[in-house]
Amino acid sequence: MSLSHDFGIWCGALLTLCIFSFLYKDNPLYKFAEHLFVGVSAGYYIVLNFWTVIVANLVNPLATAFAPGGHPFHGQLGDYRAFLIVPGVLGCLLFTRLFGRIGWMSRWALAVIIGVYAGLKTTGFAQGDLVAQVQGSLQPLWTGRVGDSISAILFTVGLICSLLFFFFSREHKGALGAASKVGVWFLMVSFGAGYGYTVMSRISLLIGRFQFLLEDWLGLR
Amino acid sequence: MGLLSRLEKLDRRWLYAILAALVIGPMVRPLYFPLEVSAPVRGFYDAIRQVPDGSTVLMACDYDPSTRPEMVPMTMTAMRQLFDKHCKVVVTVLWNGGPGIVDQTLRRVASEYPDKRYGVDWVNLGYKAGYEAVMVLMGQGIANAFPVDYGNHRTNDYVALPIMQNVRDYSSFPLLVSISAGYPGTKEWVQQVNSRFHIPMISGSTAVQAPEFYPYLQSGQIRGLLGGMAGAAEYEKLRNERGSATRGMDAQSLAHVFVALCILLGNLVQWRKRRGVAA
Repeated sequence: MSLSHDFGIWCGALLTLCIFSFLYKDNPLYKFAEHLFVGVSAGYYIVLNFWTVIVANLVNPLATAFAPGGHPFHGQLGDYRAFLIVPGVLGCLLFTRLFGRIGWMSRWALAVIIGVYAGLKTTGFAQGDLVAQVQGSLQPLWTGRVGDSISAILFTVGLICSLLFFFFSREHKGALGAASKVGVWFLMVSFGAGYGYTVMSRISLLIGRFQFLLEDWLGLR
Repeated sequence: MGLLSRLEKLDRRWLYAILAALVIGPMVRPLYFPLEVSAPVRGFYDAIRQVPDGSTVLMACDYDPSTRPEMVPMTMTAMRQLFDKHCKVVVTVLWNGGPGIVDQTLRRVASEYPDKRYGVDWVNLGYKAGYEAVMVLMGQGIANAFPVDYGNHRTNDYVALPIMQNVRDYSSFPLLVSISAGYPGTKEWVQQVNSRFHIPMISGSTAVQAPEFYPYLQSGQIRGLLGGMAGAAEYEKLRNERGSATRGMDAQSLAHVFVALCILLGNLVQWRKRRGVAA
């Protein structure tokens, strides 16, 4: 065992133990670590966003555009120059929400944001999910190999029954009721798989913390 | 008082203590449980193996320190496999908390390869705000979306970054490797890039997200998938590495058995209780 001599690792290890102490019961050490985390995160993200978003994407290009010898409105792709005044103004309009009487102006900026992302999302979903997934679902039931064929049949039955479960225009009775019950079973299996994966993810985080404590801090490797 | 009644009143701190012991135990004394490589992981490995040697690959590292135990091992192993094939790697980050940890990870791998130089064999283009808009913009030119790299070198400065000389848009890459922990990530890369620009794609994701990506795997939109720490460990096994994911898998297996046992016992206790109330 060789304890770390790194001050940062000691800070991380002690704060990790402070957070873990909550599992015993709420206590001042946990509160301290929690508040420190919230404060540092808020400060970190404000500074990070200022330098990587506002300065890099707005201030620097505008400064270049209006520098002596610059061409404010002759931007090429990716070099939008003075046109960046428009998103800059729209960004400032978002803050009008803080001033009651002119707060309505923020809706213009929100309208642009929502419009752009609705367009991107709709086309992306249509191409990447809807069309491609329908295409991927149309597969032959008999592939020449028994294992693959059983898999394809199970997939098709699961797909149709799960879709029928979400068909609410008729009461789930008779054949429709039976099919939707089968659909529920398929959905339950998928929820179980999702839960199992979620447990794995959370345990991975715990393992990561213990690896940090045992290997990086205590030097047990 | 019966065993089941006592279990019902069990202080949950005992469960935390047992879980901690099950996680720490195998780290101190490894058990070396067998690990089988699944088809999605083999697909991930094969997709990189089939990339022509020396080509330039796009790697999207969309995560931040909160998912480090799952994301970092797969990033490191993928980088090593690409470097072993003499591929050049262009890295982007669309998570604002990500550039630091991604740069640290990339530099750690690059330090294992003394012949690999920054700007020549790999480049970290850093963070760009805009989510899907950045992905679409990259289709018009990578340098348009990322005018400077993480170290503030201009991406059209081919003296500082010679790697960018052959990088135009998505057509410059034979493969997109998406290592993602959420939004924006693999789902958005599939929707905005794979479906529009038809660039072959593989994904490494957190375990929470993995079930969401199996349909993409089944439809062939992604060619391989690493799901969480288990996926990373299987990938390490294929590469004959023993990284942090492999070292964590014994603890992962024991913890899963314990959680399954808790679910079974919890249901048994509730079932007995309901029967008692009904009687």
